[in-house]
Amino acid sequence: MLDLWIRYGDRLIDGAVITVKLVALACIIGLILAIPLALARRSHRRWIAVPAYLYIYLFRGTPLIVQLALLYYGLAQFEAVREGPFWIVLSDAETCGLLGLTLNTTAYVAEILRGGIAGVPKGEIEAAEACGMSRLTVYRRIVLPRALRIAWPAYGNEVILLLKGSALVSTITVYDLMGETRSVFSRGYDDTVYLYAAAMYLVLALAITGTFRLGERRMNRYLRAEG
Amino acid sequence: MIPEILQFGDTGFGDELVVGALVTLEIAVYSLAIGLALGLAAAGAKLSRSPVLRGVAEAYSLIIRGIPELLIILLVYYSGGAAIEALLKLFGHDGGFDFNKRLAGSLALGLIFGAFASEVFRGAFMAVPKGQIEAAVAVGMTRRQVFLRIRFPQMLRFAIPGLGNLWMVLLKDTSLVSVIALDELMRETSVAAEATQRPFVFYLAATVLYLLLTVFSDVFRARLERHASRGVAGEATPRRPVRRAA
Repeated sequence: MLDLWIRYGDRLIDGAVITVKLVALACIIGLILAIPLALARRSHRRWIAVPAYLYIYLFRGTPLIVQLALLYYGLAQFEAVREGPFWIVLSDAETCGLLGLTLNTTAYVAEILRGGIAGVPKGEIEAAEACGMSRLTVYRRIVLPRALRIAWPAYGNEVILLLKGSALVSTITVYDLMGETRSVFSRGYDDTVYLYAAAMYLVLALAITGTFRLGERRMNRYLRAEG
Repeated sequence: MIPEILQFGDTGFGDELVVGALVTLEIAVYSLAIGLALGLAAAGAKLSRSPVLRGVAEAYSLIIRGIPELLIILLVYYSGGAAIEALLKLFGHDGGFDFNKRLAGSLALGLIFGAFASEVFRGAFMAVPKGQIEAAVAVGMTRRQVFLRIRFPQMLRFAIPGLGNLWMVLLKDTSLVSVIALDELMRETSVAAEATQRPFVFYLAATVLYLLLTVFSDVFRARLERHASRGVAGEATPRRPVRRAA
């Protein structure tokens, strides 16, 4: 069991680095994109709200593995895509995987943020308006920071789901932790490699949970009793 | 209007995709049954007084929640298969073991569903008002009767929204069993995409089929939630008067 680690441990660690990179980038870019999407979803103008709703429904209603296949294998079918400017992103499995993960997580995070924004107490917004803040300032100073705080635990869960979802990029030939694991398995059909991978994913998941707990404590430190 | 490769019959893959979608549903239903049973058992363990049972159930949830679904499927199919083979050998059966893919896939997905469902059930059990249980005890019901007549049926109403969400997740997760070459929708789609060299059409068709499954589930879930809350005033009242005769 240990000699498997001596032989292939480096490859698993290389894979884990790719996994962490993909998750971190998708998580940050997804959050940035999700803010306007969540606001669009709440908009009273239907031509803004309906496309946002459809985007969220489409990405939440279909499996990530299909979305990735459509992006990586599907779009490559067209000559126009292969000649087009986005081919740099789509032709490389890793960037294509990042794109797929980001588009997917954006939809989920937007829905979480929407819930957070809806949970901001009305009185706080009224108070901000009474102070003479403009709408933009109210959003920047009151609504969004407060919404992020409310949505934080749910957002942490979503990042764990993103970590687990990132394993699917192995189906479009990315050598992330899952990809390396499957390739090691296909060499000798030694299934202990799956146990190693499971342990590594668990550690990553626990690290994410811990980070979010710390973040929550720091964010809500003003709520703690003095002393 | 429908492109030829998507039509039914020998020339197109339409019938293969529809059969694949049916297998997807089949796997989802098996997994649901396994997952509900596991989830209830684990919820019972989490609420029990025994620290051992609680520890086992908490570890089960924690481990499943931290490992990618894809890896769990591979673990169940390969490591689980190997373990069963070793066990059979121990009992003198030497013929090897061919793990049925549908069984392995449903077991893996049921294991995942159960881990999340146990949290839903636990919350739902705790949401049943204490006064109701006390009232049931006061009228002389036994523990068993309190469970069967009061706690369980009331718990279901609280559990249905959460279980509905998990069903949607499960439907999408069935696509992952394609990695063990189980002939469900995703697998049929990639086979067709490869055979015809027209991946975009097929993956788009699969997207539409999965979306249809989601939309139908959404509608069904809303009806089920209304049905479960029919006895509660002011909550999710039916939009139309209930028609008795069909």
